[in-house]
Amino acid sequence: MIQRLRQHKSLQGSLLASPALLWMIVLLIVPLLLIVIISFGGRDADGNVIYTFRLDNYIRLTGYTDNCRSAGDYFSGLWQAITNPAAYDETTNPATRCFDPLYLQILWRSVSLALQTTLVVILMGYPLAYYVARSSIRRRNLLLFLILVPLWTNFVIRVYAWIIILRGQGVLNGLLGSGASALGLPFRPLDLYPSAGAVLVGMVYEFLPFMILPMYTSLEKIDTSLYEAAADLGANPLRTFLRVTLPLSMPGVVAGTILVFVPVMGTFVVSDILGGKQFVLVGNLIQRQFLDARDRAFGSAASIILMVMTLLVTVYYTRRFGFGEEIAPV
Amino acid sequence: MGDFAVEMRDVVKEFPGAARGSDQVLAVDHVTLQIRDGEFFSLLGPSGCGKTTSLRMIAGFELPTGGEIYLHGKPVGRTPPFQRPVNTVFQNYALFPHMSIGANVAFGLQMKRVSKTDIEQRVKEALDMVRLPGYEKRRPRQMSGGQQQRVALARALVNRPEVLLLDEPLGALDLKLRKEMQLELKTLQREVGITFIYVTHDQEEALTMSDRIAVMDHGRVLQAGTSLDIYEAPNCRFVADFIGETNFISGTLVSVNGQEGEFQADGLKIIAMVEANVKPGMPATLAVRPERVRLTPTAPGDTPNAFVGEIVESIYIGTDTRFAVHLTPTVSVRVRRQNVEPIGMPALEGPTGVKVWVSWHPESARVLAS
Repeated sequence: MIQRLRQHKSLQGSLLASPALLWMIVLLIVPLLLIVIISFGGRDADGNVIYTFRLDNYIRLTGYTDNCRSAGDYFSGLWQAITNPAAYDETTNPATRCFDPLYLQILWRSVSLALQTTLVVILMGYPLAYYVARSSIRRRNLLLFLILVPLWTNFVIRVYAWIIILRGQGVLNGLLGSGASALGLPFRPLDLYPSAGAVLVGMVYEFLPFMILPMYTSLEKIDTSLYEAAADLGANPLRTFLRVTLPLSMPGVVAGTILVFVPVMGTFVVSDILGGKQFVLVGNLIQRQFLDARDRAFGSAASIILMVMTLLVTVYYTRRFGFGEEIAPV
Repeated sequence: MGDFAVEMRDVVKEFPGAARGSDQVLAVDHVTLQIRDGEFFSLLGPSGCGKTTSLRMIAGFELPTGGEIYLHGKPVGRTPPFQRPVNTVFQNYALFPHMSIGANVAFGLQMKRVSKTDIEQRVKEALDMVRLPGYEKRRPRQMSGGQQQRVALARALVNRPEVLLLDEPLGALDLKLRKEMQLELKTLQREVGITFIYVTHDQEEALTMSDRIAVMDHGRVLQAGTSLDIYEAPNCRFVADFIGETNFISGTLVSVNGQEGEFQADGLKIIAMVEANVKPGMPATLAVRPERVRLTPTAPGDTPNAFVGEIVESIYIGTDTRFAVHLTPTVSVRVRRQNVEPIGMPALEGPTGVKVWVSWHPESARVLAS
């Protein structure tokens, strides 16, 4: 037995990898398969899963309802809802219309919010990461410490803190109000909470460190003599940034983007606390299906859709931006 | 004045101390240098002597805290590096890892907005010049240290700079490759006719390649001159010690007669060239190169500096034989004799303890301030 093992290199390899493989199977692949299987199932009156193979849950997510007489009905409804969403909401009767925009709205809102959050976090994080990476070692450690300190506090508590800042009689309105009265200007408290904007602020706040850290790691690795070489060859600071710094820090930007985009797509806490009840993301939808509606099959289907969307965006993004290799001009 | 490619006038560079409250560090201490157009000029000195800082000030990476640097007679002031007509070859090459070799070499030309067809042509020529034809598509990490070195050279030279600055560019190469590259660099410099300023701590490298050398220590230029000047007529103990091998004999300068003077050490009367800053009566150091000291079985008649000594050590190293000879109980010299004759000279070979005549010409020895 031992003798045979010695002769088979590939067998040795799989044996060595087997603990990790077992781990992956038990903790990742089996649960994932369970979700896939459940997503094709249904729900009985007590909220238990019925194991069948039906596409109902996925069809429901597309907004196709029993009121539809043909696919044409559905697509014309979809088209109206996209081109003029407000009119579609007002003029159609939720009880009788064929296309129900609810779930597609939620999906679109989630993707769009995740993209917005990622974009804002990149724009805010890059200068910060750059500044940290170019600081002296002593200051660098202090700054990194300050960036990480908020993570020591519970996630939910930090989001609640934003309510105190943003609400009608909150800190921000208080400051603005006293500023305005000092200048003798009229002031009406801003309606900042709950709102989509508040959710964006909360998301950016929560995920900024996850963008800064990989960006910092990438930027910090760049040999300073490369900046000098670029300057020596006649590149002004802007062109040095565009031709040397940015391409060499792209791996950090890509990693940070994935670290931010993926969890933002799935999170439900921030939108729950800062968005109000009508601001629903996929994360909230899944959570409510599992905990409130007790429709685990529908929740699983929504989870799969979330995963597929996340995967598509991530794959497209890494294909598009690669990992920091500049295309040679000559 | 305008004849100089680079001129440093009274240049000072002070760095703030590393620890809070510590003194400023004087990296470059009132350096004045004139580097001629088309010259291969070396800045030579031990690490921390200010040679690299001087180079970085010419490139513009550091700004002097005093004095002024002139490029072809024009003061450069606070001109940023990207506007100076000089290019640098960095010690670690600093090739852009995310670009191909062609893109690396083209970078400087693109910054100058040279037309695309010209860039292609000049990149090709530059790579041909450093004997890397057709390497445009490669990546820096696919190349050996020596090849990366050549790319760095091509990337700098393709811009046809007024002055090329080289910061210990051969430091990372192994000995054999380094020797090859030394000759290649020298040849290349003659071909392109660009002023090279070369920073090194390797005295042999500096002697091999340079038209002129400035020896630096503690931020100051101690001596600037041709290899011959520096080696044959070092003006201070540090230079004599740093360049090549030297015997130092401590003693006193007794009298001066023109360029020559009489030097006394432990009862020995030695006639030697006297450095201008040494005055009679001053304690001083006599420097004489081991290869200038002759060992003969009988008294030589051609020099006043002839003494009887005792060989205490003799080491045969192939091309040479090295001796240690005691002249007095406190004065001894190392002697290096090239093995020109077939091994013989019976009086000198064999076991130590042999008495021998030790002599050198007055022009071969210099009295320096100690």
